[in-house]
Formats: sequence, C-alpha cells, structure tokens
Amino acid sequence: MKIKKRIPLIDQHDKLGFWGGKFGGSYIPETLKKPVDDLTKKFSKLRNNKSFLKKKDYYFKNYIGSPTPFVKLENLSKHLGGAQIWAKVVSEANGGAHKIYNATVHALICKSMGKKYIVGDTGAGYAGKMLSMAAKKFGLKCKIFMGAKDIKRQKPNCDAMRKNGAEIVPVYTGSQTLVDAVSECMRYWVSNCDTTHMCVGSTVGPNIFVKVCGWSTSQISKELKVQIKEEFGKIPKKIKLINCVGGGSSAYGFWSEFVDFPKSQIEFIGVEAGGPKHSKLHAAPLSRGAKLGILHGAASYVCQNNDGQINETESISAGLDYPGVSPIHCFLKDTKRAKYTYATDEEALSAYKLVTKYEKLNPSLEPSHAFAEAIKIAQNLNKDEIIIVNSCGDAKKDRDILKKRIKNYV
Amino acid sequence: MFNSISEAFKKAKKENRPALLTYTVAGDSTKKKSLEILNSISKNVDICELGFPHNTPIADGGQIQTSAYRAIKNGIKIRDIFQIVKKFKKNKYSKPLILMGYYNMIYQYGENKFLNDCKKSKVDGLIVVDLPWPENKNFAKKCKKNSISFIQLLSPTTSKARLKKIIKDSHNMIYYISMLSTTGGKLKVSPKKILFNYNEIKKISPKKNCVIGFGITEKTIDKLKKADGLVVGSAICKEITRSLKNRQNPVINVSKMVTKLKNKIL
Ligand SMILES: Cc1ncc(COP(=O)(O)O)c(C=O)c1O
Repeated sequence: MKIKKRIPLIDQHDKLGFWGGKFGGSYIPETLKKPVDDLTKKFSKLRNNKSFLKKKDYYFKNYIGSPTPFVKLENLSKHLGGAQIWAKVVSEANGGAHKIYNATVHALICKSMGKKYIVGDTGAGYAGKMLSMAAKKFGLKCKIFMGAKDIKRQKPNCDAMRKNGAEIVPVYTGSQTLVDAVSECMRYWVSNCDTTHMCVGSTVGPNIFVKVCGWSTSQISKELKVQIKEEFGKIPKKIKLINCVGGGSSAYGFWSEFVDFPKSQIEFIGVEAGGPKHSKLHAAPLSRGAKLGILHGAASYVCQNNDGQINETESISAGLDYPGVSPIHCFLKDTKRAKYTYATDEEALSAYKLVTKYEKLNPSLEPSHAFAEAIKIAQNLNKDEIIIVNSCGDAKKDRDILKKRIKNYV
Repeated sequence: MFNSISEAFKKAKKENRPALLTYTVAGDSTKKKSLEILNSISKNVDICELGFPHNTPIADGGQIQTSAYRAIKNGIKIRDIFQIVKKFKKNKYSKPLILMGYYNMIYQYGENKFLNDCKKSKVDGLIVVDLPWPENKNFAKKCKKNSISFIQLLSPTTSKARLKKIIKDSHNMIYYISMLSTTGGKLKVSPKKILFNYNEIKKISPKKNCVIGFGITEKTIDKLKKADGLVVGSAICKEITRSLKNRQNPVINVSKMVTKLKNKIL
C-alpha cells in the first residue's frame, strides 16, 4: 500500500472506489446505484468546469469567509514552555465550523442537478446547521436527520437549523446518535432519490461522498499553506498538524495539501474520541485497533463485535461520537503517513479550560480533543518546532455540556 | 444445480399461481419462536427468506428494523442462525431457504466459512442487500461453486443496459424491488406500473424466475399475481410485533396471515 505523489488523495482509489485496495468502495442497495452514479458523473464534470469553480470560489470567499485566521497562541505556548502552538481558526468560517465547506458544495451540486430537496445527517449539529444555511441561501428545501440524544445535547445548533427553515427529523433507534442519523438519512434517500439530493456530513459513506467532502474541506490546507509561507517566509522544518477525527473531514481538509511533504517535516496527528475515562465505550476505531468492516456503504475500521454488529460508542463530543471513520484515514494510517491517537472526555475538558484560560479562543469539544494532544506533547518539544491545531468548531453549541461539567463556567 | 429453488417455481407455475415467498427475521422474537414460525408457515410457502439481523440496516424500514433489533437484543448470533436453518431443513415439509442480510456480517464471519456453513445447514440461496453488481461478482461466483444461488436485486432505478448485465450474471432467481423505498413502505406505485417494469425484465430473460418484493401486503398481493413470485416481509414482521404487544402467540397469528396470503394468489 502506497500513497502516490502529486495526485489528490481523494482520487487515489481504484475502479471500484477502494483506497489501498480495501478501504472505501460503495456498498449500497441497488436502488442507490443510479443516483450515486449520477452524482459521480456530475461531480467529475463540475470539478473541471470553470464557471462552477468560479462560483465555488466566489461563495467560499464572500459567503463562507476565506481565508480563516491563522494565529499564534502566544500565551498557551509560553505557559507550556515548549513548541510554538498555532491555531488555524476554522471556526471563524460562516456558521462556526468547517462543515460549511461541504454543505455549500453539496448545495451547489444539488442546484446544478436540478433537485429542489436536500437532506443530510448531523451529530454535533454543525453539518445540519450548515446545510440548513446553504439550503436557505440557495433556495432548497432541507431535512436534517439527527439522533434524539444529540438533539438534546446540541440545542443551540438545532435552534439555528429550525430558524433557517429546515426540518429536523429525530432518530430514536440504536444509540440515538450520529451513526443512527446517517443510517436514517440513507434510508430516506433510498425512498426519495429521484427528487432529493443527499449530503453526507463527513468524509464517510459511499466513495463519491468521501470525495465531494474531501474536495470541499481541502480549502483549509490550501489557505494554510499560503499563510504558513507568509508567516515564516518558507515552510518550516518541523511542523505537526493536529486535528480531531470523527468522520475525518476536517482532518482531511487540514492535511490534504501537505501529503507530499516528508513526514519528518510535516507530521499529521489525528485525535479520536476516547470516551469517558475508564469507560469501555469509545469512538476511536483507528487508535484503538478496531477491525475492518462495512458501515454506511464503505469499508473502514469500525467499532464492532465479532458478529459484525456495530458497537455503541460514547463521547462527550457529539461530532466525534461515530463508530466508523473515513476510508482515507484508514489509508493514511496503514501507509503510516498519519498517526492516530485519542483523548478522553476529561482530557478534552481540561484542554478546553486551559485554552480558554490563556487565549481568546473558544474551541468546541471536538477540537478540544486535538488541543489535548497538543498540550500533552508541546512541553517535550523545542521552541523551533511548530504545532498547528485545527480549531475547527466553536463551543457555543456546547454551552449546556460545559455548564454541567466545568465549575464556574461563564 | 440450484434445483430446489427452481423446483419451487416450477411447482407454483404448474398450479397456475405465483410462488409465495415470506421474509422473517432469524431470532424474532426468540430463536425458538422464529423456528416455530418457519415450521408453521412452511406448508403454505414456496420459498422462505430468513433475515440475519444487522443493527445498522440502511435499506430496511421500521417494521423489519424492529424485528431485527428484537432478535439481536435476544442474543441471536450467526451461528444460531445456521442452527435454525439446520433444524428447519429437517422438517419434512421444509421449503427452499434463502438467507438475506448485510455484507458486513458475512465479511466478519469470513466469506468461505459463511458459505461452508450455508452448505452444511442446507441454505439454498443468498441475498446481500448492500453488495450490488458488479461488486458482488466474485462472491456470486463463489456461491455458485457451492451450489448456492446468489440472488441479484433489480430496482426501478436500474437502467436497461445495467439490467441486461446484471441478469446475465444472475443465477436462477432475480428479485425486482417494486419501488423506490426501504422495506415496509406503502406501495406508492400502481401495480400496473410495477408489472410493466417486471415485464421489461422478463423480456430480457423470459426463463429466469423473477420475484417482486417491497410493499406487498394482504391488500396488494392479488394485484401482482402475474409475477413468478411475490415476497411478503414487513407485513409479517409487523404482525409479530402486533402479536407480542397484544400478548398473543405470533406463531399462530403469522401462520393465519400466511394462509390468507396464499388464498389470495390461488
Ligand atoms: C466542530 C466539529 N469538529 C469535528 C467534527 C468531526 O467531524 P470530522 O472528523 O468529519 O471533521 C465535527 C462533526 O460534527 C464538528 O462539528
């Protein structure tokens, strides 16, 4: 298994859609073959179509607000006394998270396919909020599938979805979280694929959805590459790019432009959700050795039992609370280009406290997992080493959880 | 090769009626009960489909999901499912049996071991919901080698060119999904339209046994009588759920329902 140079990772799959010969693919019911095929053809045309690209760039700049800031966390770096810690503040994008890139692109695709309805899944509520925003902007009717447990714990984002005119469909099956929302959304699409476009909220699902999402979020690293050069004059010798990994869309977008750099120069560290300390349940298929399996139309490492039933997961972060992961991250893991670890709920909360104490930054619980890893390793690195964390979401949505878990939370 | 399934269709044809296929979930509501249900409906059914329940079924509607979750909660494992089949096949009124489910469970069990156990327990056919053509080519070949019929699915969204290719690679039975829906949806397409599409398939390959499934209930079954076979699934799963809720014996109720279904297609 090998990564090819100068070819975007999203395109390094074989004819049946597998990365590294075994990750990804399209394990879908026959009914979805045609809509998936139509979308595949449409996307491959659009991504080479000048006027579509112009439109995309226009909305990325004027609607999403590119580029998002790249800032040094002076106080945190000083406090930890090791590597320089920087943040790419993707949460400054319109809506408050990276999910806006994928949502905007899907809305544009939906429109150019002549469909008027768009549906999507959401966990933390950001994918849903952004899809509802994009739908409103482009005049589409929008339905969002969301686990009942997540509706309760991410209320601010639900309020936003409703305000944008989207219908939230609560999902009561299974653990009532993201995994169930994605299943229900796919079922809905099976029944309505003739009129409705589906957006998968991360780099997961059948091959084409991984590609569309990765293509969209890659904007993050395109910006970052320019910003790093502006800041340092060149690409420094030792950089670590740390990102949380749920489905893996923010991590993919944060890393994609740097894949061809040697890992000794630019290292990728993905941080999964370890769940509560001492809990058996987690959402960390890559770092805790889950087996290869099929979930939501793709082969990836999946938290599951011996019979192939998908395991329940648990994490304080709804956005990371998912038993599978992008096939591309499986590929990056097995080729050893990226390294994956996890942070527990408690570590993410401590990281949140520390970051907000020292910096004017308010990372949601997902990127707080990435900050936990940065904090863990920074002290043992020296001053010319650079850690960059993707602060990919804003913590407003986590208000209720933080209130409950942090003393004196304001 | 593939005799028992083909024989079942031949017999129905001789009686001038479509074959009746039922779908129940292994382990619903318990291992014992699901076997009892199979045994009790067997005399009225031509082919039994038995679902191996998955907890993330992306193509199943509410009724089959409920049955599947119930079975999993009651502890059903793949090896139990083979035991159920084995016992059912010992019944002298047993019928050809098709296992139906999602690929991850086969994948985790191991394709070869799975097929081996299918053979040992006398499974006649397999439907894998999320392993479409051409992804299923290798697995379908393996099935054939083991004298197990791999049943290809066709849908209203399947293009004509694709239909031809899939049918060419199909074995002795194909399955036409009546409409754009998960299992358990209301029949939202007219029977006339469904039969029109069905006939398009039959024109490509008149000899292949083609069944229609999804949305078929006591109310709609007689309108589709012209097909080679008809599958009823969600309606039966719903009846099991209803029986349990009313503290009635699902075996008796399902058996009654299947008798009624059979009478409607005679
Ligand atoms: C802010 C934020 N970060 C990260 C994630 C995890 O998803 P992904 O790994 O695709 O970026 C989510 C998902 O909802 C999110 O809202």
